[in-house]
Amino acid sequence: MQNFRQLDYLHLDDSLSDEEKMVRDTVRAWVSERYLPIAMEHFENGTFPMNLVPELAELGAFGPTTPPEYGGAGVNNVTAGLIYQEMERGDSGLRSFVSVQGGLVMYPIFAYGSEAQKKRWLPKLATGEAIGCFGLTEPDFGSNPGGMLTVAKKDGKGYVLNGRKMWITNGTVAHVAVVWARLEGKIRGFLVEKGTKGFTAPEQKHKWSLRASITSELVLEDVHVGEDSLLPNGEGLKAPLGCLTQARYGITWGALGAALACFDEGLQYAKQRIVFEKPLANLQIPQQKLANVATQISLGQLMALHLGRLKDDGKLTPAMVSMGKRNNCQIALDTARIIRDLMGANGISLEYQVGRHMCNLESVNTYEGTHDIHTLAIGQELTGLSAFR
Amino acid sequence: MKIVACIKRVPTTEAQAKIAGDGKSLDNAGWQYMASFYDEIAVEQAILTKEKLGGEVTVVTLGPSAASKEVREFLARGADTGVILKDDHPSMRDPRATAKALAAKVKALGAEVVFVGRVATDRDHSAVGAMLATYLGWACVTEAIGLELSAGKGVAKRETEHGVETVEFSLPAVITCNKGLNEPRRASLKGIMAVKSKTIAEEAFENVAAQVTVSKVELPPARKAGRIVGEGAAAVPALIEALRGEARIL
Ligand SMILES: Cc1cc2nc3c(=O)[nH]c(=O)nc-3n(C[C@H](O)[C@H](O)[C@H](O)COP(=O)(O)OP(=O)(O)OC[C@H]3O[C@@H](n4cnc5c(N)ncnc54)[C@H](O)[C@@H]3O)c2cc1C
Repeated sequence: MQNFRQLDYLHLDDSLSDEEKMVRDTVRAWVSERYLPIAMEHFENGTFPMNLVPELAELGAFGPTTPPEYGGAGVNNVTAGLIYQEMERGDSGLRSFVSVQGGLVMYPIFAYGSEAQKKRWLPKLATGEAIGCFGLTEPDFGSNPGGMLTVAKKDGKGYVLNGRKMWITNGTVAHVAVVWARLEGKIRGFLVEKGTKGFTAPEQKHKWSLRASITSELVLEDVHVGEDSLLPNGEGLKAPLGCLTQARYGITWGALGAALACFDEGLQYAKQRIVFEKPLANLQIPQQKLANVATQISLGQLMALHLGRLKDDGKLTPAMVSMGKRNNCQIALDTARIIRDLMGANGISLEYQVGRHMCNLESVNTYEGTHDIHTLAIGQELTGLSAFR
Repeated sequence: MKIVACIKRVPTTEAQAKIAGDGKSLDNAGWQYMASFYDEIAVEQAILTKEKLGGEVTVVTLGPSAASKEVREFLARGADTGVILKDDHPSMRDPRATAKALAAKVKALGAEVVFVGRVATDRDHSAVGAMLATYLGWACVTEAIGLELSAGKGVAKRETEHGVETVEFSLPAVITCNKGLNEPRRASLKGIMAVKSKTIAEEAFENVAAQVTVSKVELPPARKAGRIVGEGAAAVPALIEALRGEARIL
């Protein structure tokens, strides 16, 4: 495989600090050396390389913005975004693993947890000794999680949980699940540990997207948990949505990583592939494809960087993140499809990256709020009118 | 223990060699840079030594201000401070001039051991380490593939034509590091975040005239085009004949 050359048409590198670039380049080198050589195999086998978890932790990929006193590196949000970009340049499954651990597990414990919960879980999650998952979606409630059926009932000092969650990334391998359930009518978060009686997490097989990522069902049948498993400081749908804002911000960058991988692969390919005695890259239709894709990616890069700077200034709103997630997933999916086409039959071979990214991006486009749901979120922001129902 | 690792900023392996207008140097337009491969091993050995024996690692380079990128990378891996002996024309320097400048800095730092790469991957002199030891009057072990240091002395392994040689030496010493001595680590996120609190000093150095200067550079002759002797199994006899007769490698 050739060295990756990141498209930087607008010289946005000049807007990054030395530190931000160093983190990006370090993660990029790790992905090239440690992940890409095994990416195809894991995609084909439908497995995640768990042996890389300690290295991911060592890199600092889990919850990079978490303050140092809880085991994180305390980096800014642009740096975190660049980490997600580089991870997804490897594979959306790799970035999903990292996003779930940081944005969907460490973040709710950090934001809504008690001091004891933070002290107990955050350092272990940061080092990868503990893996976490985030259970919000249910078989009948995806886009509308507010309709969830999973319930918690007070039982003596603790709680009893009943319900089913579906499409939960890392469920089967998680030591701790952040499970969202209705308690006295209000949505609350619970930390449910692996091995708790009545709690199982069978893997969902036969996916053709995000294959190198573990996806599971969470089954909760009369699961008794202690009083200390309730996240005390978050209540209502806004608590899980607060986590999703973190993870969606990460996807805004991550999707770009997949797009950049596809673009680079397509560009190199077009220069080398000879058709009708000429390189593909020397013909107008391929050039138009490359020009369109490069423009879209450049716009996406501007958006991601700007959202990151806003987040660091505390000025980022969930409605802005909806625009970033929606736009960058769309351009990534478009890029993957166009480059797939540009590469002809080789485009469908797993020897190349593009087909893998193209399949993965279907999930990325769907999870964390589908394209349509973010359309409605933007629509509501613009008009002040909700069109969800 | 005060430990120094000397590094050089060199063009990446992707850099295209093109002769500049003066015929004596290479056109560096569009080049990207990195730390020389063996220098990474030198810095890693310095950090390992600090981790084992305690002390402080200073990374020293003779080069342009832009070399701060490479120095920062090593600070992120665990070195403590960086010094750039600011030289905008490092390609004009011969090994002696480089070694002199480094020796003065090593002395000023009060170092007890210096690690350098076996060779810099751009100019291929393999001379600076040994010359540095000579100027300092220190022991010199070249091309080490194994090393144990303790108070005041050390034992190193070197690979020779005839096998692996174990040598003993006293400190202070200059060690030139070869592939196999260690596996350079990657910077961690926390290491990168710690760079902010570390310093890289830019300093002048005593500039001695080069005794050896490059008068002309020629690119290696272009490789001759290949020749297809035939296809399939039928081509094997012709291929063997060509490998024997023309190429003389059978
Ligand atoms: C690989 C993978 C991993 C996942 N990981 C997790 C995880 O870790 N944790 C977790 O909780 N969830 C996870 N999910 C679930 C994901 O978040 C949901 O699939 C997503 O929210 C969509 O829900 P749904 O599948 O039920 O689709 P539905 O809600 O049934 O939507 C179906 C279609 O209807 C559209 N639609 C829905 N509502 C409206 C409306 N009001 N107006 C117009 N159109 C509408 C949608 O855009 C979509 O096109 C994962 C999903 C996948 C595929």
